[in-house]
Amino acid sequence: MKDVREALMIGRNTEGKLVRRPVSPFMLGSAYRFQTSSATSIMHRITGCALGVGTLLLTYWLVSAAAGDGAYSIAEAILGSWFGIIILFGFTVALFYHFCNGIRHLAWDAGKGFELPDMHRSGGFVIAATAILTIAFWALALFIW
Amino acid sequence: MRSNLGRARGLGSAKSGLHHWWAQRVTAIALLPLSLYFVLTVLSLDHATRDQVAAFFAEPWNAVLYLCLIAALFYHLKLGVQVVLEDYVHSEGTRMASILLVNGAIFFCALACAVSILKLAL
Repeated sequence: MKDVREALMIGRNTEGKLVRRPVSPFMLGSAYRFQTSSATSIMHRITGCALGVGTLLLTYWLVSAAAGDGAYSIAEAILGSWFGIIILFGFTVALFYHFCNGIRHLAWDAGKGFELPDMHRSGGFVIAATAILTIAFWALALFIW
Repeated sequence: MRSNLGRARGLGSAKSGLHHWWAQRVTAIALLPLSLYFVLTVLSLDHATRDQVAAFFAEPWNAVLYLCLIAALFYHLKLGVQVVLEDYVHSEGTRMASILLVNGAIFFCALACAVSILKLAL
C-alpha cells in the first residue's frame, strides 16, 4: 500500500463481500445494477456530448451555405448520403432525448418530481417521448417533404 | 470584517460556481423554444437549394432567431463540457488544458456560425 488513505477505499458491497470502492465514471455495470435513474442520468451526459460533436455538423452546414454553391452541394451530398443520414438520425435521437430529459432536470431544479415513483414514471415518459418525436421527425422528413 | 451570513450570501469558496449553475439553467430554458424552432426550420429546409437557404436567412426573424440559437447553444455547450471534463479528467494540468482547448474550439465554431448566418442574411 503506497498511501494509508488507500485503506479507506476498501468497503463491503450489499452481499457483504470486501470490494475496492468504485470511483466515477466506472460505476455503472460493475458497482451498480441497472436502474432507470442512473441510466437516464448518464444518457443525458452522453447525448449532451454527442450533441456537442453534432454542433460541428451545424457549423459545417452554415459555413458551406455561406461559402457558395460548390461548397454547399458537397455538404448536401455528404449529409444526404446513407452515412450522413445515419449520423443525422443519431443527432435527432440525442437532441430529442436531451430536450425531454432537460425538461425533467428543470422540473427537479424547481423542486418537483423528486419522489421515486414520480421519477421512474418521468424517466419512462422521456424515453417514450424521444421515440415518438424521433419517429415523427423522420416520417415528416422522408415521406411528407 | 464581514459577518458569516454576509460571506455565505456573497460568494462561496469557489467564488463563481453559482453563475455557472444559473447560466446553464437560463440557456437550457432559452433552448427549449429555440431547439423546437431549429427542428422545424430544418424540416422546412429539407431538400432546399442553396438559394432557398439564403432566402430563408434573408428573412430578418430567421437570422435573429438563429443567432439567438447559436449564442444559447454554444454557451450551454461550453458550460456542459466543462462539467464533464472536471468530473472525468483527474490530472489538473490536462484538465485545464482540455477545458481551454474545448472552449477555444467552441468559441471558434460559434463565431463561424454567426458570421455565416450574417453573410447569408445581408
